[in-house]
Amino acid sequence: MSPAPGAEPAAVSEAVAQAHRHEWGLVLAVTARLAGGDVGLAEEATQEAFIAALETWGVRGIPSNPGAWLTQTAKRRLLDRLRRDATLRRKLPLLVDSEPTLDDPDFGEEGEVIPDERLRLVFTCCHPALAMEARTALTLRLVCGLTTDEIAHAFLVSEPTMAARITRAKKKITAAGIPYRVPGRTDLAERLDGVLTVIHLVFTSGHTAPGGDELVRLDLVERALDLARVVAALLPVEPEALGLLALMELTDARRLARVDEAGDLVLLEDQDRSLWDRVAMVHGTALLDRALALTSPQRPPGRFVLQAAAAAVHAEAPTFGATDWSALVALYEQLQRVWPSPVVTVNRAVAVSFAVGPDAGLAVLDELTDDRRLDGYHYLPAARADFLRRLGDHRAAAEQYRAALDLATAPAERRFLQSRIDVLSES
Amino acid sequence: MTRYLFLIYGNESREAAATPEQWQAMMDAHRAWGEKVMASGATMVAGEALQPTSTATTVRAGDSGSRLVTDGPFAETKEALGGFYLIDAEDLDAALALAESLPAETVEVRPILAT
Repeated sequence: MSPAPGAEPAAVSEAVAQAHRHEWGLVLAVTARLAGGDVGLAEEATQEAFIAALETWGVRGIPSNPGAWLTQTAKRRLLDRLRRDATLRRKLPLLVDSEPTLDDPDFGEEGEVIPDERLRLVFTCCHPALAMEARTALTLRLVCGLTTDEIAHAFLVSEPTMAARITRAKKKITAAGIPYRVPGRTDLAERLDGVLTVIHLVFTSGHTAPGGDELVRLDLVERALDLARVVAALLPVEPEALGLLALMELTDARRLARVDEAGDLVLLEDQDRSLWDRVAMVHGTALLDRALALTSPQRPPGRFVLQAAAAAVHAEAPTFGATDWSALVALYEQLQRVWPSPVVTVNRAVAVSFAVGPDAGLAVLDELTDDRRLDGYHYLPAARADFLRRLGDHRAAAEQYRAALDLATAPAERRFLQSRIDVLSES
Repeated sequence: MTRYLFLIYGNESREAAATPEQWQAMMDAHRAWGEKVMASGATMVAGEALQPTSTATTVRAGDSGSRLVTDGPFAETKEALGGFYLIDAEDLDAALALAESLPAETVEVRPILAT
């Protein structure tokens, strides 16, 4: 008797987990196109394919190309559903003009994938007709395959709330006729900005997690990096797509130095720069150079390219003291022109406080006195506190640190703010 | 093709104060927009302007099957519903592009429930 061709349960679950991490978005994207852009239907078929993998691979062995197997299975599940269910079939938009079959040349047996397939899915999930919070949730669910529970946890809402948000967004896509395609030339820049904003939001939510014990949610950071790589690879002449990836690589390169063994926050000022990931920094800087080469006086750098340039200034400084603060001030001034956000003003104030002095930094923050958009933004009182502390006004500094503590949610940041208050009240 | 209802909201008092020349200009702008719709490949199924909300009557279901009739619109809002278009468009992007070029202050785009 020959041994059964099946695989060990542990090997199967490992293979399925791997495939889930790397292939989910691709499988769903291909299936969604076959479903005429009905992402909800595609999601169900994709989910069924992964469940089938758990069962089948244990019996028949792990396929040599798991992604192709999963895509093929998801497509078959979708077609079964469409054939069975006349109501669903009627819903199929005219986009698929004849009944799709597995022999359709667009959906070859080999499971080869049209290069921009995942990009369609990303642009659909990030459509401006969806609320920003829905776009982020949908992207994490459909493109990255995170569970509703994981997404709810990352954004500090209950699981039913998040489930309702995702369901509502999926319904709107089909009911309102949000197209399943990459926008044309005329809309691309504007729509791309929406996509990059969502990816950046996923990244920052992972980089400084608003809840949980760990400052960094590595899974979110890595998903965001994956997404940014896909978008940058598929749109290699869009400077902002390269700029976002550069910004994230350069920021994430400092990850190991940002937290000490106790899980406490280490300020840029105190970070052990030998812990910085030099490979990631070289990579990020190279991406930034490519992005900058695509810009010109007619096509000035956008907000992600400029933020990446600022991150590169830090990466290039051998010590905190050697940081080129005046270069940073100039970059933030330029950034403020293309992206007039009060958050940029706070960053510019910090750069000014080191380039000129803390009092000059305070003067920049005064521009924000009547700006209600930053209510609840703890970095504003934290920056003001730092300038006051450096000016020797300990009482006012402690007051501002307390205001920041009232607003901060990340435990590591809260511990840092508390420690500053403790030190100031001792002196 | 998906069918969309474009609900046009605007400031009624400003519209009431419009001079005959301004009215004519508005009508011309809407006519030009209608031609633009057809040229874009979409279809205008219907479109009308409404009398002001001061002419509206609202009928509500009351307790135990009764009907309550009241003078005025369903909701008193600063921007009132002043007209509508019913448009068949390729998808939401096409519909939104048309809505953006509509000579109106605010346009709500609602897909029609396909039955």
